[in-house]
Amino acid sequence: MTLLAAHAAVRFGLGARPDMPAPADPAAWLTAQIATLPELPGPGLGEIQAALRAQRRDIRHPGVGDILRTESTAWATRMITARRPFAERWANFWTNHLTVSRRAFQTAAWLGHYQRTAIRPHAFGRFEELLLAAYRHPAMLSYLDQTNSTGPRSVMGRRGRGLNENLARECLELHTVTPAGRYAQRDVTALARLLTGWSAGRGEQFREEDGFLFRAEAHEPGPKQLLGRDFPEGEEGGAEALRFLANHPATYRALAAKLARHFVADAPPRASVTWIEDALRNSRGDLSVVARALLAEPEAQRPLRKVRSAQDFAIAVLRALGFGAEAAPVLLATLTRLNQSLWNAPAPDGWSDEAAEWAAPEQLMRRLDWADELAGRTTAGGGADPGALADTFLGALARGDTLAVMQRAGSARDAIVVLLASPEAQRR
Amino acid sequence: MNTPRRSLLLGLGGAMVAGRSRLALAQGPAGDRRLVVVLLRGALDGLAAVAPYGDADFAALRGRHAPPEPGQEGGTLDLGGFFGLHPALPKLHALYRADQAMVLHAIAGPWRSRSHFEAQDFLECGATQRLSDGWLNRALATLPPEPPGAARRGLALGIDVPLLLRGPARVGSFASRNRTRLNTPLLAALARLHRTDPQLGPAFAEGLRARGFSAAVLAGQEPPPPGTGSFASLAGSAGRLLADPRGPRVAALELGGWDTHATQAPRLIGELRALDEGLDALRLGLGEAWSQTAVLVMTEFGRTARINGTQGTDHGTAGVAFLLGGAVRGGRVLADWPGVAPGRLFENRDLAPTLDLRRVVKGLLAEHLGLNAAALLRAFPNSRDADPLPGLLTEPA
Repeated sequence: MTLLAAHAAVRFGLGARPDMPAPADPAAWLTAQIATLPELPGPGLGEIQAALRAQRRDIRHPGVGDILRTESTAWATRMITARRPFAERWANFWTNHLTVSRRAFQTAAWLGHYQRTAIRPHAFGRFEELLLAAYRHPAMLSYLDQTNSTGPRSVMGRRGRGLNENLARECLELHTVTPAGRYAQRDVTALARLLTGWSAGRGEQFREEDGFLFRAEAHEPGPKQLLGRDFPEGEEGGAEALRFLANHPATYRALAAKLARHFVADAPPRASVTWIEDALRNSRGDLSVVARALLAEPEAQRPLRKVRSAQDFAIAVLRALGFGAEAAPVLLATLTRLNQSLWNAPAPDGWSDEAAEWAAPEQLMRRLDWADELAGRTTAGGGADPGALADTFLGALARGDTLAVMQRAGSARDAIVVLLASPEAQRR
Repeated sequence: MNTPRRSLLLGLGGAMVAGRSRLALAQGPAGDRRLVVVLLRGALDGLAAVAPYGDADFAALRGRHAPPEPGQEGGTLDLGGFFGLHPALPKLHALYRADQAMVLHAIAGPWRSRSHFEAQDFLECGATQRLSDGWLNRALATLPPEPPGAARRGLALGIDVPLLLRGPARVGSFASRNRTRLNTPLLAALARLHRTDPQLGPAFAEGLRARGFSAAVLAGQEPPPPGTGSFASLAGSAGRLLADPRGPRVAALELGGWDTHATQAPRLIGELRALDEGLDALRLGLGEAWSQTAVLVMTEFGRTARINGTQGTDHGTAGVAFLLGGAVRGGRVLADWPGVAPGRLFENRDLAPTLDLRRVVKGLLAEHLGLNAAALLRAFPNSRDADPLPGLLTEPA
């Protein structure tokens, strides 16, 4: 595999597969992946609601667990077998940007649905649409405690309920303008008031297409001012505020920096950030334009500088070994073992994207152990070809000294361990 | 030992746990013979493990790398006047002296590949072409089915079932939790690969240090920390599982770290000691069942007769194998010694093979597990040129 093809597979994709030949024109291969992701089947809102109701009646009811298992297995299968790996990575990036974690117990049943219906359809659309879809989804609404946030002067508020600022605060701090947007506590409160009434329905009340429910009786009456702008009362006021934030210059800068940090380097060069920021501004947040700009970004052609997260590493290894859907449980178990279990980020800021998190002693030892187990499984049947695997897995990224150590290894298994635990295998 | 969990692993019912008694032991099912195969992956240097000090050409061949003769300081352990066992194998030597261990020298399989990967596959599948199953499994498949309630007859030790034990007969598997299989030289090589990486290098080194592999250990100046050599604990577990009257009868273990291309002498000390302790742990675990046990220790090929430019040896041809156990007619070295004079070496570089490994294995399968001629040919296809070697056991089946 050529250096350009390896870059395409490793930096922008999920890692190469032996049954998917390296593209002759890697740039064209990547660009062709920038198109709306197909809708995916899976448990629907009715099924999820029913499972949640059953669980409320009996905590041991398996419905929610079954849904989570179905969804996570489907995700894992998709990662291992994806033929549009850049598009999948892109969707994963936005899922992580708009993190919902099952550490909040009640969100577990929603997570697959959230990624399938709120994130993926908008991953190559406008950022404002993506943000709105995420904020209208029951997963986000319940994860960041929005469902019961009540305007103090609303009908419900006058009965003693009040604001919950969680979603509003994370919106400003993490999802849009970030502290660089210089918002104050009054802006947090204003956004929280704007979003009052945004809730998830139960039973028959929710909107069939997204599970969203606007509870007018909880909405804070009157106009609100956010970052110096006035927004009207009602459901539309919240939506307008989110669109305003999604297209704020500070949001573009923050998103550009985060994309550059993910695809280029932990501390990306200023030119890199500016390049992506320009694409965001000029296209008014069109993420397909941004994706194309990123692929062409000069710094993103330079040698790999990032350390793979556990997820990146595990997916790439299973792909290189040619596993299929049968390895989905392996991937999920491995993510847990490598401290990055699926949809289970410790906090709303999602999984870290920096080497400091992943180039850690025990992390590398666990990767080594796992590499050894997988190598054992791969070679136990005989006929393993470490050289061919190296070509699929790293191609021209493999270093000469790694290949030399592989060649001197005492068994095919050891050779594969050297490959999978090599420093370049940890890079993307 | 966590008995219920172990039973579960073996696919045994609760009846076995409840019925664990002396009586059950006495009434164990027929066919109480145990067979253990230990694969030494990476190619053990037979001339270092068992030195032919009585061969006048040996000292010239290995020069200062030839070990001191028996009786001298740091000398080999005498095996009857011609061969000396490496001093890191004292427990094996004790078994030899008790007539419970045998050395097979100048032995090789029928392949002449010097590729580890290919030769290990051949060693396990029992042919000179790659097959999808192993000879040990095919041998098991010819035996009558296990009695009801008993464990699978075959047992793979470690996370995976090696090719040797793959095939039509279903086998159990067991892995201990403490499983740092990777050997020190391999870890040292990985640490070297990481060293130049400013982010991964320090983290990788620290990870190894936290597991007891300091720089001195990686450099081979200090022994690896106790407990990391999981071979002994795994072998002990194997012994205890095999000792169970309703447990498995055949087990396969593996131990790597034999690919000594550089600074062979100090590296072999640690590896051979791990082997010696593992074999002893196996014996202790088997307890009384040791008397019905045969253990075959084999490797994919030997190494070059001469020492290379980095105080190591490269991939060769004939080497050494060991057969030990209470059922083995030991206390002898079985070898048609080819000599190590320059003209005697295979392709002027390796110890020449004079004993076909398949003859030993077939002899063992025939005498120990009672396989007939047809079953032996199923285990080793196209092996009519390799007659089973008789007389390996004290009491053939």
